[in-house]
Amino acid sequence: MTRGTRPPMPEPAPSIAEETNENAIALKEVEGLSQGQIVRRRFSRHRGAVISMIALAAIVLLAFTSVGFVIGDWKVSGWWQYDWAEAVALENNGLPTMDLLRFVIGNHPFGQDEIGRDIFAVVMRGTQQSLMIMVIVGFIGTFLGTVIGAISGYYRGAVDGTLMRFTDIVITIPVIVIGAVLGRTVGIAGAPVLALVLGAVVWTGLARLVRAEFLSLREREFVDAARVAGARDGRIIFRHILPNAIGVIVVNATLLMAAAILIETGLSFLGYGVQSPDTSLGKIVSENQVAFSTRPWLFWWPGFFIIAIALCVNFIGDGLRDAFDPRQKRMPSLRALAKVKQGGSE
Amino acid sequence: MTSFVVRRLIASLVIFLAATYIMYVLTALSGDPLADLRTSTSPQKAQLIASRTALLHLDVPVYLRYFIWLGGVGKCFIGQCDLGVTIQNQPVTVLLAQAASSTLQLVTFASLTAIVLGLIVGITTALRQYSSYDYGVTFISFLFFSLPIFWVAVLLKQYLAIGFNDFLSSPDIPWWFVAVASPIAALLWAAILPFSGRNRLWTFLIALGATAGMLTYLKLTNWFTYPHIGVVGLLITGTAIAFGVTGISNGLRNRRALTASLIVVGIGVAIYFPFLYGFSFYLQPWSFALLAVVTLAAAFFIGWRMGKPDRAPVARTTVIVAFVMGLLITIDRLMYVWDDYSASERVKGRPIATIGAMTPGLEGSMWVHMLDTFTHLLLPTIALILISFATYTRYSRASLLEVMNHDYIRTARAKGLTERTVVVRHGFRNALIPIATIVAFDIGGIIGGAVITERVFGWKGMGALFQYGLDNVDPNPVMAFFVVTGSLAILFNLIADIVYAGLDPRIRLS
Repeated sequence: MTRGTRPPMPEPAPSIAEETNENAIALKEVEGLSQGQIVRRRFSRHRGAVISMIALAAIVLLAFTSVGFVIGDWKVSGWWQYDWAEAVALENNGLPTMDLLRFVIGNHPFGQDEIGRDIFAVVMRGTQQSLMIMVIVGFIGTFLGTVIGAISGYYRGAVDGTLMRFTDIVITIPVIVIGAVLGRTVGIAGAPVLALVLGAVVWTGLARLVRAEFLSLREREFVDAARVAGARDGRIIFRHILPNAIGVIVVNATLLMAAAILIETGLSFLGYGVQSPDTSLGKIVSENQVAFSTRPWLFWWPGFFIIAIALCVNFIGDGLRDAFDPRQKRMPSLRALAKVKQGGSE
Repeated sequence: MTSFVVRRLIASLVIFLAATYIMYVLTALSGDPLADLRTSTSPQKAQLIASRTALLHLDVPVYLRYFIWLGGVGKCFIGQCDLGVTIQNQPVTVLLAQAASSTLQLVTFASLTAIVLGLIVGITTALRQYSSYDYGVTFISFLFFSLPIFWVAVLLKQYLAIGFNDFLSSPDIPWWFVAVASPIAALLWAAILPFSGRNRLWTFLIALGATAGMLTYLKLTNWFTYPHIGVVGLLITGTAIAFGVTGISNGLRNRRALTASLIVVGIGVAIYFPFLYGFSFYLQPWSFALLAVVTLAAAFFIGWRMGKPDRAPVARTTVIVAFVMGLLITIDRLMYVWDDYSASERVKGRPIATIGAMTPGLEGSMWVHMLDTFTHLLLPTIALILISFATYTRYSRASLLEVMNHDYIRTARAKGLTERTVVVRHGFRNALIPIATIVAFDIGGIIGGAVITERVFGWKGMGALFQYGLDNVDPNPVMAFFVVTGSLAILFNLIADIVYAGLDPRIRLS
């Protein structure tokens, strides 16, 4: 299909021979490869997803090495000269010293706030917190959604009814609303606890999808075969059905993470998320929104990092969706098609 | 049908009751409602604590206090709603009545705009899969997905509102802007419209001429000071719309449909002057609504009378055309009061509002108040629709692509149906089924977004009510918020179910 051809003109229906040729190419491409290899190969073809992966890795690396991090009492210091909590004398009236056109980084590349904290350090700390919350929410949400959906879809009947009604109840409450109520309760206990609680409310969509997947997979022959061979329920669920549903789960886990970072920043903006003295990207934006006309850099950089992270995760999710979708056929190039045709006629 | 709706309603109500219980308990347990009094140094500390305890029934355990609240809500059925009182002894029912209208306005307006825009863009991208237009829209919708709503809202406030207001204080389009904007717009049109080769070049040239001509017209007539559509503008846009809607909905070969919609346009143009300078001055909101209904009914009648042998599609077309014509005339009427509004003492020449849902103390006709509502709705709506727009675009694109790969589409083409019939009747209708689910599901997200947007734009809406309640550990305002938004969500889900049955004849609602 070339770009900019006429709109939806009916494509010439491929003749049977042509269709076989196309399939031959598709099959040849995946000959002798494991499922994982096929997925990896398809994923690496999605340019946006690969670039996003590299960008996200760079952001993670930058955030954690620059200002260091604290886990319990264990403190690792980074290579950046300032700490996110210390206030230093205002330099250049707090204006950003970075000038990309002249390759100047300076002492405070993102500027300083009114009490003299280095915004680069603050934003890096906020990025760490937001990333951590994103990962925890993603894992908890995926775990709960998968388990509830799997049990519901596999056992059906009363178990399914109970679990799905419970899902319906949770789904009725908008995530940001229940998140705000819970965040107000536990926000003071720190970002990890907040993330755990948020993870406990975002699983509903995934649970429904996994349930639907399990409902259709449990009727397939290979499940019957496993059951006849004497496999227990746990084995059938984890060894036979779950690997077949992994595409849905992985794709939605990434989308969950992208949603999580937006939920966290939204809650922190409203004041029900991460609490002082800790910080997160949403909290930085919230603290500085009134200063927008005088110190816009306090506002631009945290926003930029939120968008960059969410965009990367969304693109990775898109790449994974393409990679896992078995119906996704790449149009073989004309040359490849001609080659097969020649090969076929010889 | 009725039994289905009733059963669905009962099931939703039970689920909703359970959800309210969870919300009530969680909110009540989210903190200590007496915290501010406990630390106070007032001499009547004990008395204050006792009075608040009595006011909010704090001596009753949370698990039972819910039922006191539920009893108050139950009185709604006998016409005496009692949603409890706030921590400062204001009845929540009164607060809710003030808050609900502005938020519901915002949510409805934003949802409808997002649905219409999202569907149009999603379908056009699906029809032109893998074109540069498709790739551009895909990237933009991914970007919109990733935008934090509060961040966008602050940007809109700073640049769109303040910048546009500054522009309006001395509205002159510079020539360099015409020179830069016209080729850009022309390039976009050439990318969007489905032509190639020489035709694409023509698209570019025509769009270039049209844009440059339009901007020059706006500049020379000082349009932004005296905005108007005018009778000529109405005639041209109306005719274009009649052709466009008929072309998509019935096909231009259907002469009856085309004539009927052109007649509707003619009537619209004919009543333009009497409306603008005559009876529009006497309209009240209710008579305006009545007029709208009468207009649509008249258009339906025209379509029905003229549309033999295939009445329903023609009537549908005339109704759509009449709706758009009515919208245009209303917009023109609003533009007519623009100057008064903008120059009025309260607005002071800065018409795009950044704070609140209405200008306090504004005096004027119904049209001035309507315009005031729209200028206040503009920014929050843009902020809200960006994210839903991205969702709807992605889903309608995916859904239409999925449908267009089915065998029955191939069959429809093979039996010689026109491309329009294949896409609109076989493709689009079936693609709408999954989209209906997403729209119903997304309403919760829009309400959540409204809480944040309201805060940025300083609306005293339901989001503010929710936050007020949550900050004071007072479940009553929070629950009032949740009852309204939750019923809205249930309502939308029910509509989605009924829409299914309309779209897919295989689904029977019984």
